[in-house]
Amino acid sequence: MARRVSGRRQLVVTLIAWAIGLAIFFPILWTILTSFKTEAEAIASPPSFLAFEWTLENYAEVNSRSNYPLHFMNSVIISLGSTLLGLLIAIPAAWSMAFVPAKRTKDILMWMLSTKMLPPVGVLIPIYLMFRDFGLLDTRIGLVVVLTLINLPIIVWMLFTYFKEIPGEILEAARMDGASLWDEVVYVLTPMAVPGIASTLLLNVILAWNEAFWTLNLTAAKAAPLTAFIASYSSPEGLFYAKLSAASTLAIAPILILGWFSQKQLVRGLTFGAVK
Amino acid sequence: MGKISLRQVTKTFGDVEVIPALDLDIEDGEFVVFVGPSGCGKSTLLRLIAGLEDVTGGHIEIDGRPATDVPPAKRGLAMVFQSYALYPHMSVRKNISFPLKMAKMDPAEQERRVNAAARTLNLTDYLDRRPGQLSGGQRQRVAIGRAIVREPSAFLFDEPLSNLDAALRVNMRLEISELHQSLKTTMIYVTHDQVEAMTMADKIVVLRAGRIEQVGSPLELYRAPRNLFVAGFIGSPKMNVISGEKAAEHGAHTIGIRPEHLLLAQDGAWSGRVGVAEHLGSDTFLHVHVEGLDPLTVRVQGEAGVSHGDAVRLSPMPEHLHRFDENGLAVR
Repeated sequence: MARRVSGRRQLVVTLIAWAIGLAIFFPILWTILTSFKTEAEAIASPPSFLAFEWTLENYAEVNSRSNYPLHFMNSVIISLGSTLLGLLIAIPAAWSMAFVPAKRTKDILMWMLSTKMLPPVGVLIPIYLMFRDFGLLDTRIGLVVVLTLINLPIIVWMLFTYFKEIPGEILEAARMDGASLWDEVVYVLTPMAVPGIASTLLLNVILAWNEAFWTLNLTAAKAAPLTAFIASYSSPEGLFYAKLSAASTLAIAPILILGWFSQKQLVRGLTFGAVK
Repeated sequence: MGKISLRQVTKTFGDVEVIPALDLDIEDGEFVVFVGPSGCGKSTLLRLIAGLEDVTGGHIEIDGRPATDVPPAKRGLAMVFQSYALYPHMSVRKNISFPLKMAKMDPAEQERRVNAAARTLNLTDYLDRRPGQLSGGQRQRVAIGRAIVREPSAFLFDEPLSNLDAALRVNMRLEISELHQSLKTTMIYVTHDQVEAMTMADKIVVLRAGRIEQVGSPLELYRAPRNLFVAGFIGSPKMNVISGEKAAEHGAHTIGIRPEHLLLAQDGAWSGRVGVAEHLGSDTFLHVHVEGLDPLTVRVQGEAGVSHGDAVRLSPMPEHLHRFDENGLAVR
């Protein structure tokens, strides 16, 4: 029998859930609100929540001072480019790890993940020097390459987990039906793994969009994505909260909207295979 | 054509030898059943023939041509898997036509063959459904359909009926047998169910630990099992096996007598008491406790008028007595 939950208990649990949800979302909400305040109101104490004079001047100012469309396009190219390139490399890699594992496959997977345990700053200097020598500094292609490499372990791991859920017999059936390796991956494996591939794609676009360490350190102007655009409004004195907030809101809005519309897919993808 | 020969084929996984050197000939058009307990290597043997596993040593020939190094896609064999292994994202029509699409066959011919297969297998009304919307029996038929459209030189079945319920299993067994009658294509069928083996096979291959224990027609194996293992495996209920004094009386280390060859007789040589009587209507199985022996199973036609606790006397039919030596090999 299903467990009965009393109405009152349900109410309490719902309230707690909402409170936690709001607490998590509050910084983003506060940023958005601050972006509509004047600089004076932004640092006023006590702060006003909604009762302030709403203004769009920060947005106008930010748009006139920097080239938002350029940074936006850079972000789109870098995050999508690195994710697609990553998928192209990771699908065959995950296929071989899931369906023709060798003795050391598990070790390789762990080793790949271990690269994520290293603080990125540890390799900043060598990578910076390599980028300088290859002329990749402040180029989109350079960032696509570095973000692909940064996120590749996660992409491979996610795809590996999804592929593991696909019964090997189905791929064997395809082989018996005369499918070449290419046919097997294109007509059988990939369509069956679409939910998993889609959520991997979404998650990695989000991760690449938000990545700030490498994008800040390896770009200057031409290839700078939205993270660099935000950073250009932070000042050590902290005097431009409202403009910083407007820049942040502009930077996170696209990915927030993407995440909102794809949340079902994301949740389904991330819990894929948890319940048979 | 579908003649398959295995010459000194071996398979090892790491240090484990699953199939020691094995020779086997399968003639064109034969229905061959590989049977044996779980882990006997029967599925591995089938997968070696399919090419889904590589042989460790030896050669496989299909229709006289070496096939050992030919990939599964190029061997011209079709396989039906235990889990059906249908493509869940494709309609029944696309599932069945997939091998034809892979062979880059003309679309009109594809259409014709898919429709013909669907008619044979009663799938015409389901062609646009997905596998997830079908029952187990229908899924099994789709898997068979996918195999027959290719007109392969041989069909390989890997325990295809074990996921079906008992009634459906009997139906599908008949359908597969009829299919074999009409197509006359070689079929290799793996099962652990000796009833399937007995009812479907032209030739049964009994396997134990990767070794062939005996090859023969169902009735040859029933009448003249080569050793105790085959004797115990073929026939249902199992053959009664008796060692010791009673076996020595017949000049053997061990004797075997099938339940249907033990008669209830007033003057029977062995006396015992009925433990359990199983009434099936057409038959009655009696489990009889005889002093100094393991319980014996007796099959009585129709309704036997005995029940738990009754004293009975049993008489083995001498012409159906199987004698085995101390190594378990049949003595003729």
